[in-house]
Amino acid sequence: MNDQKKSMFLRLLQLQLKSYRRSSAFTSGVVTSIIYLYFMLCFVGIFTLLGFRSFYSIDEDMGVDPLQFINKYMVYGTSFWVVWRYFIQKMPVLNVKALLSLPVKENTIVHYALGQTTFSFFNISNAFFFVPFSLVLVNNGYPTSQVLSWHLAIIAIVFCTNYINILINDRNDVFYTVATLLILFAGLQYYDIFDISQHMGPVFDTFYNSPIYTLIPWMILILLYQSAFTHFKHRMYLDSGLQVVKKEAQNLQLGWLNRFGRTAIFVKNDIKLILRNKRSKMTIWVSIGSLFYGLLFFTDSSGGLYNAPVWKIFAGIIVTGGFLFTFGQYVPSWDSSYYPLMMSQNIVYREYLNAKWAMITIATMASTVLGSFYIIFGWDVYAAILTGAIYNIGVNGHLVLLSGAFIKSPIDLTTTTKPFGDKQAFNAKTLLLSLPKLFLPMILYFIGSLFGGEWVGYMTVVFTGLLGFFLKDKVFNWIEILYKVEKYKTLEAYKQTS
Amino acid sequence: MIRIEQLTKQYGETTVLKIPEMDIPKGQIFGLVGNNGAGKTTLFSLLLDLIQATAGTVKIDDIPVHSSEDWKKKTAAFLDDSFLIGYLTPEEYFYFIGELRGVSKEEVDELLTGYTDFFNDEILNKNKYIRDLSKGNQKKVGVVATFIGEPELLILDEPFANLDPTTQIRLKELLSEKAKDANKTVMISSHDIQHVTEVCERIAVLEKGEIVKDLKTTSKTLRELETFFTK
Repeated sequence: MNDQKKSMFLRLLQLQLKSYRRSSAFTSGVVTSIIYLYFMLCFVGIFTLLGFRSFYSIDEDMGVDPLQFINKYMVYGTSFWVVWRYFIQKMPVLNVKALLSLPVKENTIVHYALGQTTFSFFNISNAFFFVPFSLVLVNNGYPTSQVLSWHLAIIAIVFCTNYINILINDRNDVFYTVATLLILFAGLQYYDIFDISQHMGPVFDTFYNSPIYTLIPWMILILLYQSAFTHFKHRMYLDSGLQVVKKEAQNLQLGWLNRFGRTAIFVKNDIKLILRNKRSKMTIWVSIGSLFYGLLFFTDSSGGLYNAPVWKIFAGIIVTGGFLFTFGQYVPSWDSSYYPLMMSQNIVYREYLNAKWAMITIATMASTVLGSFYIIFGWDVYAAILTGAIYNIGVNGHLVLLSGAFIKSPIDLTTTTKPFGDKQAFNAKTLLLSLPKLFLPMILYFIGSLFGGEWVGYMTVVFTGLLGFFLKDKVFNWIEILYKVEKYKTLEAYKQTS
Repeated sequence: MIRIEQLTKQYGETTVLKIPEMDIPKGQIFGLVGNNGAGKTTLFSLLLDLIQATAGTVKIDDIPVHSSEDWKKKTAAFLDDSFLIGYLTPEEYFYFIGELRGVSKEEVDELLTGYTDFFNDEILNKNKYIRDLSKGNQKKVGVVATFIGEPELLILDEPFANLDPTTQIRLKELLSEKAKDANKTVMISSHDIQHVTEVCERIAVLEKGEIVKDLKTTSKTLRELETFFTK
């Protein structure tokens, strides 16, 4: 019996390997695969390097014990990891449905589904940091057995977050509580009111000081695995756990938009699209996030790395362009699941494009207004943000729509992103097209500033933005032709999912 | 209404569709039958300019579909669920189609009251997104949406599939009613030869991409088709 169970497990594993080998990342052409691989290696490289280097930089530059320092922040790391996973880790239900009616033991399926998550990117990626970090610790005279004990505790904690995520999946209440606590404690610490890391650090220190306590996280892990197991097993029915959650339709009153004519038809639809789908809702969060991205540049938190004025332009582009980059970048893929409808309805491409452009422009202007608080860092900072906004509307708005003609990867609206982002982000053409969006304004600024300092630099960027704005009709003619030429290829590509 | 000339579609070496000539006059209700892979959906996609023909032309009301977009005003189609917008409620979807076709919300509402029986109280005012409806109910939404704005040409791929018996009968009645209008051309495909013979005036059989039979429906047609498909 045991033998049979084993072979069943192996067979399931083979299935998994097949799905992996045939996934789009490896079948969508050499160039894409190489770029994908490159980014993956970069990511691994950065984490590994961080693991090796952080010991020395904490030890020498800050003069504190690196292990204690890391332990202090582990509480943030862990809760952040829970929040992050909740956002983007997929639940392992994918192939389960097909297995239900086959002669496979239910327990095997559940163990398999749970076991599958073990190899998730979210678990493995931690090793890239913690393994080198531990090695460096040992190398610097920390006793091997104690470091090992600490390391094992960390491994257990990482896997705990894995199973916590399975347990709280689709439990918004739990998620928001954790997220709020995380932000609250971070705020309290920042303003020196209450420092939770002072209290939680010693807890993690214990795993190092008295190895016996390492058993605790492992016991918690076993408990979590068991409850995840029962949780999953009880929900192995089509009408419970495996069911896609149906939500009541929300009632949106968007009739007031009608005064904007035919553009409004699509804008209304896009607003519904963004609010009602998991994947597109992310664009709102990212937009809000990038609104505060400028703080990195304009405060001292970056250690003066970004003090060069050119970076102010960069910040201005990002602060006002969050929506542009996350939503605009994927036009028309947002409509991929019903693109044949759009193509056979009474729609002129120009109207469609205009509506998307309107969305981007409105969002950019809203970000600019919301970003007014940057004035506290000085007028020149806000000038950089205004400049970024004008460039975003005048030039980048066109560029994202232009790259849209070449992005042919359908978006599944109902799921959130994969860990490495969507593979369309690695489309070689898009990558090329995204360079001018960020770096061209910086170059323009630099050239301008050579002739007359900061303000001439700003004016050069502003002028380019305005030029783009006035040439909108011309550019749109061209974009429209491109969309028409690419129409059949796009339709074909959008068919190849789900 | 539809004119096809020397139409071929090839994928590499394989020819999936080859129709030297076909004319569907205005007001006709036309049925297309054939086994899986015979090319029905390919033909419909070509009519709607969703794929590019290797050679030949399709004209709707003398407008070549490939080079002009004016035929879109006269045509409504429902091929599969990629013609539905999953995150909208059925009402919102109908209004959206209405807006695109220049039909006001009130007119859409009025049109919908005519389909209360057809919807069987499962579609409207349910506060559900289309993606959460059953396949059959999704089909009802898609089919009724094509009636909005009185298009001159209706193209429906497998309209009877996934529908319950009551709805199948109601749909047949609906289509026959449309056929009475001399200005309305209807084109449907189906795997069910009985339904097609009941509804359509003319039936073409597609096999391996070619029209092998083109019949005016009579009392003998059903027998003839049955014999043809019994191989």
